Amino acid sequence: MPITEADIDKIAQLAHLEITDEERRALTPQIASIVAYVEQLNELDTSAVEPAIGGLTPAGERTETTRDDTPRPSLGQQLALAEAPDPAAGHFRVPKVL
Amino acid sequence: MKNGWEAVIGLEIHAQLNTETKIFCGCSTRFGDEPNANTCPVCLGLPGALPVLNWRAVELGARAALALGLQLNERSIFARKNYFYPDLPKGYQISQYDRPFSERGTLEIMTAARDEGGHARDWRPMTIRITRLHLEEDAGKNVHEGLPETDRYSYIDLNRAGTPLAEIVTEPDFRTSWEAYDYVNHVRRALQWVGASEADMEKGNLRCEANVSVRRVGSEKFGTKVELKNLNSVRFMQKAIEFEIERQINLIEAGGAVTQETRLWDDRAGETRVMRSKEEAHDYRYFPEPDLQPLVLTSDFIARVHDEMPELPEARRKRFMYEYGLSYNDAAQLTSEHTLADYYERAAQTSGNPRGAANWIRTELLRELETDGRTAAESPVAAEELGALVRLIDEAKISGKQGKDVLVEMFKSGKTAAVIIEEQGLAQVSDAGEIERLVGEVLAANPKQLEQYRAGKTGLMGFFVGQVMKASQGKANPKLVNEVLSEKLKA
Repeated sequence: MPITEADIDKIAQLAHLEITDEERRALTPQIASIVAYVEQLNELDTSAVEPAIGGLTPAGERTETTRDDTPRPSLGQQLALAEAPDPAAGHFRVPKVL
Repeated sequence: MKNGWEAVIGLEIHAQLNTETKIFCGCSTRFGDEPNANTCPVCLGLPGALPVLNWRAVELGARAALALGLQLNERSIFARKNYFYPDLPKGYQISQYDRPFSERGTLEIMTAARDEGGHARDWRPMTIRITRLHLEEDAGKNVHEGLPETDRYSYIDLNRAGTPLAEIVTEPDFRTSWEAYDYVNHVRRALQWVGASEADMEKGNLRCEANVSVRRVGSEKFGTKVELKNLNSVRFMQKAIEFEIERQINLIEAGGAVTQETRLWDDRAGETRVMRSKEEAHDYRYFPEPDLQPLVLTSDFIARVHDEMPELPEARRKRFMYEYGLSYNDAAQLTSEHTLADYYERAAQTSGNPRGAANWIRTELLRELETDGRTAAESPVAAEELGALVRLIDEAKISGKQGKDVLVEMFKSGKTAAVIIEEQGLAQVSDAGEIERLVGEVLAANPKQLEQYRAGKTGLMGFFVGQVMKASQGKANPKLVNEVLSEKLKA
């Protein structure tokens, strides 16, 4: 599937990115070539292969992905907000969204 | 609804599952803690943090699915739903998409039209198709008021982020706002009944969205649908749907067209308002969540969840019909709430007359409870006491008419029926000797009527019964009076 400038516009919009006409012209062939490269994988017949979903340990075992309903300590408000760019009144503060 | 028009409504419910901790991390789901206190790298969406599925959420989700008649999928897959909003720190919500947790439900609910006073008329069964129930995480909470400079800023509390939810989606099977109302109440009760969710809309742990369109009766094609949000109670939802149906019909009849959009219910204004139109419609770009394995439910697990479930309202209704000989309507009403069903069973057992107990609860008790705005669990008359009252009436200790007054007194005073009957001297005279004496007196005092009766004017029977009852001050057992009188009049 060839990537067009319209696709780039849509992706930019979904990613909340503003791009210039110049950037769009530059990005279109670049992204098209990345997609074409990855599409080579489709040449393989994987119809009989189970999709690999979920992580693997360094030893190649499946990682633990379930747990009991037992509370564990949380970070607490102070630590949770420590790295926030604009915390206020115990909250993350952002430009108005409503 | 206007003649010639039909509404088509589908519902989406989000119910918070009743766990101690979040769905993918060990943070508490407790409500009311200080903002952002119950957070960790997983629910804050910090880089490198990995989700680990809370198995309790799976168990409660399975209970919810079975309680609503859905089929559990042995294998389901978590997926990322991508969108940007400040309450969603990862930039995606872990949800399920093309391989959901459960699908293809058929649920029988009871529904009724309402009269102008909002009272239900003629309950009838209705089958709703539930498309799916899947598991997902909740987003955080945006705070837009009550904090400094909310004209410029929004504030984010992520305590709720990662709370487990069951999303329950129906087919567009509802035709009126009251059907939707009865369905949501049914789902609420079912989720509470099996302990899957507190399902309290006021607390926000049950949320509801409605898709509403209208079409001319007979048309197969769906109209353009509008999504309704901000429905903070079941009643708001019903009012919002009702408003929206009228709005769409009026719009089309005036030559306009419905726009596909999201509208919010404004209860103060009593209307729906546009929130977002189709141009900004989302493209969620779902893809499988690579950090979580497929969720596999073994047949042992499914069997165990089945075994742990309490008897469901529907099964209990059928048992009431079979075991106690109740009609569909009686059984359906008595199983409309868990506590009412429990109350009825205890009363039925004490009374030794299950149908009598059902009648007394439906006609007398529920009316008294409704007057006081109480549930069966809060009844000042215990189930056993009501059962005892029914038994006293069956044993002819008092008449049914007296029973009604006794019940009202039981409500007021909290005394038992036996005590009230004793105190007020209400006990019926069922002593055959005493009744024979009264009958004798009445016949002796009315020789003219006696002569007419014996000459064939048998309609005077009622006159004699009345006289005897009067002589007994209403306490004589009417059945016995009839028997004794028939005997004496023949002589």
